[in-house]
Amino acid sequence: MLVTLFGVAVVVFVVIRVAPGDPIAMMLPPGASDADIARLRALYGLDKTLVQQFFIWLAGVLHGDFGTSISLRQDVLGLVFNRLPATLELATVALLMAIAIGVTAAILGARSRGTAVEAGIDIASGATLSIPDFLWGLVLILLFGVLIPVFDISGRVSPQLDLPFVTQFYLVESILRLRFDLIWDLLKHMLMPAVALALPLAAIIAQLLKQSLKEVLDLDYVVLARVKGFSETQVILREALKNAALPTLTLVGVQFTFLIGGTVIVERLFSYEGLGNMAIDAVINRDLPLIQGIVLVFALLFVLVNLAVDMMYALLNPRLRHG
Amino acid sequence: MDEARTSRRGLSPRLWLAGGWLILALAAATFAPLIAPQDPLAQDLMLERLPPFWLDGAESGYWLGTDSLGRDLLSRLIFGGRIAFIVAFAAATSACLIGSALGLIAGYFGGWADRFISRIVDIWMAFPPVLFAILLVAVLGTGLSSVIIAIAVIDWTRFCRVIRAEAMSQARMDYVESARIAGYGRIGIMLREVLPNVLPSVVALLSLEMGIAVIVEAILSFVNLSISTDDPTWGSIIAEGRLSIHQAWWVLVFPLITLILTVLSFSQFGEGLKARFDPVLR
Amino acid sequence: MSACLEIRSLSALLPNGQRVLRSVSLAVQPGEVRALVGESGAGKTMIGKALLGVLPKSVRIIEGEMLIEGEELSRLDAKARRTLIGARTALIPQDPLTALNRSRRIGPQMTDRLVRILGWSGERADKRIRQLLDEVQFRDPQRVLKCYPHELSGGMRQRVLIAAAFAAEPRLIVADEPTTALDVTVQKQILRLIAELQRDHGTAILFVTHDLGVVAKISQKVSVLYAGKVVEEADTAALFAAPQHPYTRALIAATPRYTDPYASLKPVDETVLAGLTAEIAAADKAWRPAHG
Repeated sequence: MLVTLFGVAVVVFVVIRVAPGDPIAMMLPPGASDADIARLRALYGLDKTLVQQFFIWLAGVLHGDFGTSISLRQDVLGLVFNRLPATLELATVALLMAIAIGVTAAILGARSRGTAVEAGIDIASGATLSIPDFLWGLVLILLFGVLIPVFDISGRVSPQLDLPFVTQFYLVESILRLRFDLIWDLLKHMLMPAVALALPLAAIIAQLLKQSLKEVLDLDYVVLARVKGFSETQVILREALKNAALPTLTLVGVQFTFLIGGTVIVERLFSYEGLGNMAIDAVINRDLPLIQGIVLVFALLFVLVNLAVDMMYALLNPRLRHG
Repeated sequence: MDEARTSRRGLSPRLWLAGGWLILALAAATFAPLIAPQDPLAQDLMLERLPPFWLDGAESGYWLGTDSLGRDLLSRLIFGGRIAFIVAFAAATSACLIGSALGLIAGYFGGWADRFISRIVDIWMAFPPVLFAILLVAVLGTGLSSVIIAIAVIDWTRFCRVIRAEAMSQARMDYVESARIAGYGRIGIMLREVLPNVLPSVVALLSLEMGIAVIVEAILSFVNLSISTDDPTWGSIIAEGRLSIHQAWWVLVFPLITLILTVLSFSQFGEGLKARFDPVLR
Repeated sequence: MSACLEIRSLSALLPNGQRVLRSVSLAVQPGEVRALVGESGAGKTMIGKALLGVLPKSVRIIEGEMLIEGEELSRLDAKARRTLIGARTALIPQDPLTALNRSRRIGPQMTDRLVRILGWSGERADKRIRQLLDEVQFRDPQRVLKCYPHELSGGMRQRVLIAAAFAAEPRLIVADEPTTALDVTVQKQILRLIAELQRDHGTAILFVTHDLGVVAKISQKVSVLYAGKVVEEADTAALFAAPQHPYTRALIAATPRYTDPYASLKPVDETVLAGLTAEIAAADKAWRPAHG
């Protein structure tokens, strides 16, 4: 795991340093003297060899120092922490929506297996799955931003609002403060990017979970539950769902990392002020320290998601839990 | 058995529909100079934001309307298809070749080669792919080849994982051992035994990957990092449409429909081929 | 007083049009154990499943009636039927290894019917289950309730399932080959337990089995099933003393005796089977569905 993170760091570092463009040249006004350029290069450590630069940077990272953003002239860690909560809230809302939609569709499909309802769910999830979040975002912008303008299509929160927040977790904080006006405003901005991110994942959950539900529903203990007098919906919810969820869970973990990766472009699309949006600006501005910091944080998120999935798997599986 | 039959029966129309759209789009792109009604680059401020043909104020000859610079939308879409298809074929094929080769090596030789390649795959999977693509193109400089290289460099892992798993299960089989004792080339045997088994999945994946490549190209154009800004691409039209969404919705709607149909067709076409050639389903 | 269970000329089809049940009629009187014996594939499990409403969706019932304590099942709506089956019947399944949910503790799996379907209080249900676990000879019922299925052996799980079946005092229990999946040594114990509980609780049992040895031990009445058709019906003692149908005779001759395990066994006579098959084929041809 640490090896993976280290590998990510190396790859980003190497990729960025072989870039032909010179970030320093972009910072200085035209006609800056060679001495000025050299001084600035030294300031950002760009005059040392690649290996030296890498280890200086790595040593800093281990001490919590990710360097200073070239384009924004601020501490990278501070910038990242400033934007990360917005992305985390978006991804979490999207995940919850994907689970809600996907599980509902899977239960509905498994309940009415062999009927037109199941066929309909199959077709819908197949098509939903094939269309990536970027296109879903555009479709949603057209439908609910232009055709029926019910949601906001850009930003994280309405700019005219007075924000009482002390952290960047706006949604969490407004829920804790019971500020329903702010919750509503945040959700109005967040809903469409979240749906765009959620739909492909929801389709995957629907397909996988329905398949394993159908397998579980033929097992003896489910038959026994029906004989006890439980209805098909009760049987699915009480007996089948937990066991069927286990094989789905592992794949959903991987897919959730894809969802997090998708925030980059979806945030851009909806001008949502998250980490991904800042990352694209950083790339365009050739802001090396910022790019490194952001990519590393994304990689860390991916690794943590996988870890969380492993832990949940163990938690849900009594066989593992009791050795 | 029963399921395979029904799925194949339901499959033929989707194979036809998907293939039909792809052929149509590919033909339009190939013969773009012949069929495009206008010059895709010609700006005319007198003709800016013309609506599509069925609305009031439309000009004949500008079937799908024009953008804010007065460029013909239909012609731009047709020419944009050229870049989309070039990127799709070139990037997907390169990703497939790199991934298959590495997957075969990892799966067949095992040991440190497998550990090394699998580790690289792990690292690659820890990158947000879109950000990685944007970063690569920014580093390589915009242009067609950069886009293709970026997509291939990022997406080879999909192929690698599938081929590796298959090669591993094949390498354990007895006949590989006996073929080796008989003095046949190991790689040759592997290729002969692995390829038929993975071909359906690889073909499906390849088709899917073409759709993904089209999307990634559109995303790169959207953030203004793909080809030079003059050449029309589906992504750059979408970016333009996103900006003028309240004044001229058609500039976003038509490229979006084109993209969705193309991506859906690529994935459904791949699935269709897979179902047709899969020895297990057949 | 009406029979505990009555099945009248039940017929069912597989999706390929093959008949799996052919006008099956049988009755179980209150408090009686009726064995339903036949080879695998004869349709005996199908009868139990049809009765409990858990037939695979592909199997279609084309005629016949099933009555539980005089109530015709097909006249009830789905919910009423479920409740009736849940309240008055129970199932002892074939394979105790797969019949318990591996991700739930034993306790809730045993009490859920009492609490959720019959509306008992949790306390009362717990007490009842502990009492039943005691009856099936668990030394520490309290501990069993907290276990997950994989912590119990196959025999223990079957005892749990037997206890759960008797817990709600059903009028009828369908025992679907309850000893087949178990070790021979455990089989005897399980059989004895079922017989004991049946006697103490006065529950009627439809005992599905392929084993005539088991039939002799546990049942008062027997129905012999061949190719989805009841070919003979008799008191158990009478059946063994004087089997009437050639298939029954052949089946008895093919069963090992515990008293003389080395006596030569005769496989079921081919000519008997051929005759039966021809007879059934002829009946199939002449048969017309009552409706549809």
